[in-house]
Amino acid sequence: MSAAEVLRVMGDGKSLEDRAVPEGLGEKDLLELFRWLVILRTFDERAVALQRQGRIGTYPLYWGEEGTQAGALYACQEGDWVFPTYRQNSIGILRGVPVATILGWIRGYGGPAGFYNPRDYRVAPICVPIATHLPHAVGLAWAAKIRNDGTASLAWFGDGATSEGDFHEAMNFASVFKVATVFFCVNNQWAISTPVTRQMATSTIAERAAAYNMPGIRVDGFDPIACWKATRDALERGRAGEGPTLIEAYCYRLGAHGTADDPKLYRDDAETERWRPLEPVGRMFAFLSRLGVLDESTAEGYQQEAKRMVADGVKQLESIEQPGQDVLFDYVYSSGPPWTFQEGLAELESMSRQPEVEPPTPSPGPNTGDVEFPREP
Amino acid sequence: MVEALNKALHEAMELDDRVVLLGEDVAKTGGVFRVTAGLLDKFGDARVVDTPLAESGIVGTAIGMSIYGLLPIVEIQFDAFVYPAFDQIIVHAARYAWRTNAELPATMVIRIPFGGGVRAPELHSDSPEAFFAHAPGLKVVCPTTPSDARDMLLAAIAHPDPVIFMEPKRIYRAGRQEVPEDSAVTLGSSNGAGAELLSTARVARAGEDLAIITYGATVPLCVEAAGVLERQRDIQARVVDLRSIYPLDVKAITSSAAACGRALVVHEAPRTAGMGAEISSLIHERVMLDLEAPVGRVTGFDVPFPQFANEEDYLPSVERIVAGANKVLDF
Ligand SMILES: Cc1ncc(C[n+]2csc(CCOP(=O)(O)OP(=O)(O)O)c2C)c(N)n1
Ligand SMILES: [Mg+2]
Repeated sequence: MSAAEVLRVMGDGKSLEDRAVPEGLGEKDLLELFRWLVILRTFDERAVALQRQGRIGTYPLYWGEEGTQAGALYACQEGDWVFPTYRQNSIGILRGVPVATILGWIRGYGGPAGFYNPRDYRVAPICVPIATHLPHAVGLAWAAKIRNDGTASLAWFGDGATSEGDFHEAMNFASVFKVATVFFCVNNQWAISTPVTRQMATSTIAERAAAYNMPGIRVDGFDPIACWKATRDALERGRAGEGPTLIEAYCYRLGAHGTADDPKLYRDDAETERWRPLEPVGRMFAFLSRLGVLDESTAEGYQQEAKRMVADGVKQLESIEQPGQDVLFDYVYSSGPPWTFQEGLAELESMSRQPEVEPPTPSPGPNTGDVEFPREP
Repeated sequence: MVEALNKALHEAMELDDRVVLLGEDVAKTGGVFRVTAGLLDKFGDARVVDTPLAESGIVGTAIGMSIYGLLPIVEIQFDAFVYPAFDQIIVHAARYAWRTNAELPATMVIRIPFGGGVRAPELHSDSPEAFFAHAPGLKVVCPTTPSDARDMLLAAIAHPDPVIFMEPKRIYRAGRQEVPEDSAVTLGSSNGAGAELLSTARVARAGEDLAIITYGATVPLCVEAAGVLERQRDIQARVVDLRSIYPLDVKAITSSAAACGRALVVHEAPRTAGMGAEISSLIHERVMLDLEAPVGRVTGFDVPFPQFANEEDYLPSVERIVAGANKVLDF
């Protein structure tokens, strides 16, 4: 396959043909993968609604990218580690992280109300600074190689992230030490307002793998089965000692960058609408229906289950009290607080308690970034 | 303040075609805070550039442009995203003058919206100014009023040495103020009319009983706290807005402390090795005999900036500033 070719399994019921479901993905798997998509979609839509109601903070939605997340994760073994960014904010739920903890993080809660222990789930903390988690994924798989335990790692990142030095350093380390890391790049073609053509002069991201002597695979990012297939192959190579793989999941950012972003300022809605029919959830439903694997009522059941799961998480979130003042100090060191913390906390406790900070104004502002301003006085 | 900064950028780009603007999302949308709005349309995409997402690359190439003779202005999207560029700033921008017998400084302005209070996600609320104050070769400044913002930005662009231009984002939209047009500037020389703004403090509120020394988003809070002190105990606090974080206006600092006999330093950044430590040392070293009490500090805590639901617990409040002042007053 040439670098520019895009691996795809699911057709669109029109001009794009269906291809054979890859080996290793039985009917049960297909249904489970679809169920995961539904969970992610349900969480994402609910989170946007919660933000609009002013109940959580600025939210980086991923509507349309569910396949890049669920497909890749489904290919991993339980013991493999995954490294998400803000865009894969809720991937942890599929590994057992409580929905309320993810929502708590977006609600601006620290401590156990917003953070979890990554070792419990093999899901690294949600990474906000672009590309900085990529060397960690490499180090983890490298360590596993030193200990010869077969653990692999997978990190998601965006098209924009490929411009950062950390991306290149991570790719290089991974290939020099031949570690089992999957670099899963979600090329949604936008980094806030900056198009992918401004990030690189190559026509694909996959071809950058050549510089590190590793395979670069392009897949349809709206096709969870293709994402699964590419990831599964990459993990097998990695576990066989053949080193890392770069996967470019080619898709389109169908939503705003975040709930504070207004894409009308920098891109044409018509282009977004051209991509929208390829989105993974409806497309996989149709694909599995054509295969005779999935029917309406089963899909409906998944949806109800996902809705309940997220609703329970929301309820749990609302029952959580705002973390106390000690949350500022409690978790900075594992070895116990330095003396400065006691003085700080004493100073804080002698003050009247500040009211809980509410999430920012719940409407898309004129800003294009990921911060919404406090209402003007 | 956003309008004032925007205005300064328009003026500078109009005045001198060596001025170029680099950053993430600065051109097409005018930046996430809209500080660079309208510049692309007016000055074109060769001079107003949406760069690849790479802070080290942005600052590093800006240094190259500066060596050539352009006057680059870099926008770092948020405070904590300057860290990938730290290497270029410290090992090159800060040292180019030294390495070239002061003949070829890395003339540039690095604009950094900084600080908390805007209910942002992790790493969008840091106050990294002390790192830069600690690196010889950099000037570090921070305007608080729209008028200073405009004048200081123009002065920074005119300044030969690299300037870290800290913009307190919490008060970006506060206090609209007429910005004067008249002060003339010559870019690329140190003698712009506003040059002294880059090294001198401003008295934000007059008073003779207590000197409150601060900068950035805590300036208006200190002025408010001064009002409380006046009402509660008839104390007149002088609020000194530093404007320059490096070098410090040692005259303004020590003369205010000496005149009042008592001083309090306030900043949002963590306390340990923060600017408060330096300011307090200067006062104790130079005017200790004029003091009635040791210099006090009200600062952020030595912790990562918290998740936003708890940010008010972290940020120095008027109440904490008043309490800190009372401690110094009642010593
Ligand atoms: C080091 C760093 N610089 C800047 C930012 C601000 N920022 C947040 S998201 C983003 C765009 C990222 O684009 P991409 O990598 O394509 O991922 P996507 O958002 O499309 O998932 C930027 C510039 C950041 N979070 N970290
Ligand atoms: Mg992107």
